[in-house]
Amino acid sequence: MAESFKDKVAIIGMGCSKFGENWDMGSEDMVVDATYDALADAGIEMKDIDAAWVGTIGFHGTGTGMTSTGITGAAISMPLKLQYKPVTHVENGCATGTDALRNAAFAVAAKVYDIVLVVGVEKLKDTGFGGLGELAIPPHPVFEGGITAPGMYALAATRYFKKYGLTPEEGKRMLAKVSVKSHYNASRNPRAHLRNVITEEQVINAPVIAWPLGLFDCCGVTDGAAAAILCRAEDAKKFKDDYVLIKGLGLSVGPGQGSIRTDYDFTIWDETVHASKQAYAMAGITNPRKELDLVECHDCFSISEVIAVESMGLCERGKARADIESGAWTQKGEIPVNLSGGLKAFGHPIGASGCREAFEIYQQLLGRAEDKTRRLKNPRMGLVHNQAGLPGKFMCAVAIYGLP
Amino acid sequence: MAVGITSYGAYIPMYRMNMQTLARTWGSPAGKGEKAVANWDEDSLTMATESSVDCLNGLDRSTIDGLYFATTTPAYREKQNASIIAKVIDLRRDITTADFANSVRGGTNALKAAIDAVKAGSAKRFLVAAADCRVPAPDSQFERLFGDGSAAFLIGDSDLAVEIEGSASISSEFMDIWKREEDRYVQAWEERFIVTKGYLAHLEEIISIIFKKYKVTPKDFSKVVFYAFDQRRHLEIAKKLGFDPATQLQDSLLSTVGHTGSAQAMMMLVAALEEAKPGDKILFANYGDGADAFILKVCDQIEKIRDRRGIKKNLASRMELSSYGKYLHFRNILDWGRQREPERFGALTMSWRDRSWLLSCHGHKCRQCGTIQFPMQRVCTWCQAKDDFDEVRLSDKKGTLFTYSMDNLATSVDKPTVIAIVNIVGGGRFSTVLTDRDTEKISPDMPVEFTFRRVHEAQGIHNYFWKCRPARA
Repeated sequence: MAESFKDKVAIIGMGCSKFGENWDMGSEDMVVDATYDALADAGIEMKDIDAAWVGTIGFHGTGTGMTSTGITGAAISMPLKLQYKPVTHVENGCATGTDALRNAAFAVAAKVYDIVLVVGVEKLKDTGFGGLGELAIPPHPVFEGGITAPGMYALAATRYFKKYGLTPEEGKRMLAKVSVKSHYNASRNPRAHLRNVITEEQVINAPVIAWPLGLFDCCGVTDGAAAAILCRAEDAKKFKDDYVLIKGLGLSVGPGQGSIRTDYDFTIWDETVHASKQAYAMAGITNPRKELDLVECHDCFSISEVIAVESMGLCERGKARADIESGAWTQKGEIPVNLSGGLKAFGHPIGASGCREAFEIYQQLLGRAEDKTRRLKNPRMGLVHNQAGLPGKFMCAVAIYGLP
Repeated sequence: MAVGITSYGAYIPMYRMNMQTLARTWGSPAGKGEKAVANWDEDSLTMATESSVDCLNGLDRSTIDGLYFATTTPAYREKQNASIIAKVIDLRRDITTADFANSVRGGTNALKAAIDAVKAGSAKRFLVAAADCRVPAPDSQFERLFGDGSAAFLIGDSDLAVEIEGSASISSEFMDIWKREEDRYVQAWEERFIVTKGYLAHLEEIISIIFKKYKVTPKDFSKVVFYAFDQRRHLEIAKKLGFDPATQLQDSLLSTVGHTGSAQAMMMLVAALEEAKPGDKILFANYGDGADAFILKVCDQIEKIRDRRGIKKNLASRMELSSYGKYLHFRNILDWGRQREPERFGALTMSWRDRSWLLSCHGHKCRQCGTIQFPMQRVCTWCQAKDDFDEVRLSDKKGTLFTYSMDNLATSVDKPTVIAIVNIVGGGRFSTVLTDRDTEKISPDMPVEFTFRRVHEAQGIHNYFWKCRPARA
C-alpha cells in the first residue's frame, strides 16, 4: 500500500551557479559552483554524500536534437570527484530538474541513503546557434523536423486567442504584460540572467520569433546549474534549523495525443492538470490559489505561463487576462507567479530549471532572497511547475515545497 | 477495340513569376507574360502526384493497372520515380511502372506505350503522367522560357472521353537541346538551326504523315494542339500546315505557364479538352528526338469529367513570386554556404517501415471505436485497443486549420515555416506545415488540403512527405 510522501524528505541545502551566457564556464564549472554552494548551505562536506542524481539533457552542439546519448552519472562524479558513489543520470526533457529531485527524494524516503545530492545543469551556449535550434524528438526522416519550440508553443497562443475571442493585438498585449512582469521581477534578482526592465510596447514591437510570439515572449537561452542536498525530514534538524520539506510531487507524461486527437484544443494542458492534481493530493491542498504563497512556473514562453497557471487550477480557465490585468500574479497580488523572473528572465538552462525553480521557493520560504524588496511576507508553501515537450505531448513535473 | 483517354488532370504550381521581375533583375528588355514556378518543396515527382490525383478524381484507384512517368528532370537519376508516385497516389502493387526520361517528347512516348498496352490487353486502365521542373541558367533565354507543371491522362478501353483514332511516330537523331550527366543547365545549338531543321521540319513531317496515312486535312479538325518552341514559331507552323491560328490553334501556355518540357504538349491537350465538345476532332502532336502525332475524337463521356482542376482552375489560383532572390533559393541555384544549418535526419529503414503513412498517407481507423488517427498507431489513441485497425487513405480528404504559428527561427528556404494543426474532415488530425501559403491570409478554421512535397534532403535522400496548403479553388 502506497504511503503519503508528504513531509518525509527535507531540503537542507541549496546552491545555484551564475546564470547567463557563461562563455567562460563549462557544465563542469557550473556543477562545481552550484554543488559547493549547496554543501556550504547544508554545512556538510562532499564525503557526506551517499548518492547523487544529475539532471541534464546534455544539449549537444548540433542544434538538431535534444538528445542525451552517452550522458551518464559521470557528468557530475567527474567534476566533483565523487569517490565511487552511486550516481544516476535522469532525463525527462525540460522537466528533468524536478524529476531528478523527485527520484532522489524517493531514495531518501525509502531509507536507502541518508544524504543525497541532486544537481541540475545545462550548457546551452556551446552550440553556435541562437535559440535552441530545431526539434526532432525522436529523430525521424520527416516528422517534426524543421520546427522549433517557439513555433510549437505559438500554436497554443493562436488557439487561445481564438477560443477566448481575443484579437491578435489583444492577445499579444496580454502576453506582453506577462513578460514585463518577469523582467521587472528579474531586475530585482541579482542572480537572474536578463535583468533589464522592459515595456509592453517593447514586447509588442519586438521581432517575431514564431508568430504570435515575439522575442520578448521567449525565455532566455541560458547556461546554469542548481543543486540541492536532501535528507529524511526527521534528520534535518541535525544539520540546521531552517530547512524546507517536500509536500507533494506530481509527474505526468502524456501519450502525445495532441497531434492525433481532434478533441485536444491546445488551451488546457492535460499533463499539467494531472501532475498538479497529483501534487495537490499529496500535499493535501484543496484550494491551490489560496493555500499556495507563490508559484515558480515553467514560463519558457509568455503563453506557457498563461496556460500553465490555468491548467493548474490557479486561475479559472479563460480568465488569465483578467488576472494579468489586475496584477494578481505580481508580488503584491493574490498568487505571485515567477517572482524570480521565471524561465523568461532568470533563464532556462534546460536540465537545471526544475532545481533552480526549487531554489527560488527555498530562498523565499527561508526569507533569504538577496534583494529584501522582493521577499514575500511569511510565505509557507510554494509550487514548482516544470514542463517538457510540446503542446500535445508534454512531460510535466510539479513539486510543492513548504516549511515544516 | 476502341482505346482512348478516359480522364485528364493537370497541375500548375501556385507561384508565378512575371517577365518584368526577370527584366528588373537582369536589366534586360521585359518580355510579356509570366511563368509558373514550382515552390521550393516541389519537383517533377511531386507535381506528377498532383496531376495524377486530379486525373483520378472520383475514380477507384485500385482499377489502375499501370503508371508511366515522363520527365527530363527526375528526382532520382538512378531509382525509378514512377514507383514512388504509384505508392504516393496509392495504386495497387501488381501494376507496371516505368520512367520515360531524357526527352521532352517523353510524355507522348509514354502515352503511346500506354495505348499499346491497353490495345494489347495487358492493361485495362493505364495512367500516364508528365512533369518537368527544369532549372534554367540564370539570365538566359531559357530562364525566360521554362516554366514548371504537370499533366496526366488515364488511358483505357471503356468510358472513353476521347477516342484515339490514329497515330504516327518518327524517331530522329537530331541534337538541338541537350544536357550531359555533368551539366547543371541545358545547352543548345544556334536557334535558327534547331528551329528550321529541328522543330519546324519534324512537326511538318509528322503532320504530313498523319494527313497522308489517315487521309485527313486541316479542315477535319476543330483544334490542333502541338509542341510550341516559342509563340512566333507556333503560329507560323500552324499557318504553314494550313490551320487557322485564330480558331484552330490551341494556346501554347507559354505566356502563362512557360515551357514545361515533357509536360508542355500534354498540358496543352488538357486545356484543349477542357473546351472540347463531343464530336470535336483534335490533332495532337509532340516534338523531341523525333515526333509523335495522334488523331483524337472527343466523345460524350467528356462531360462527366468536367470537375477536374485541369489547366483553367490551376491557372486561376496563383501567387506572385516577385522576388528573384526567392527564386534563386527555390531552385537552389547559388552556393548558400549554410554550414551553420542543422543537419537534417534521414534513414531509409525508417522511411521504408513508415511508407504506408509517409507516402500513401494512410491513417488507422479503429475497429473498436471507429476513430481515425494519423500517423498509424499500434494502440488506439482514443480507446487503447491494440492492433485492431483498418488502413484508410487520408490524402484525398479535406481539412480545416485548427491552429497555426509562423516560425521564423526554423531553418527554411521560405520563412516563416507555417506550423499547422489540421483537423481532417471525417476524422483524424494532422500535425504539419502549411505550404503555398500567403502569410497575410491565414486564419484558424480555414479550409486546407493535402499536398505531397519534398521535405528536405538528408544523407543524399529526398525525404518526401505530405503537407497541407490553403484549399485551391
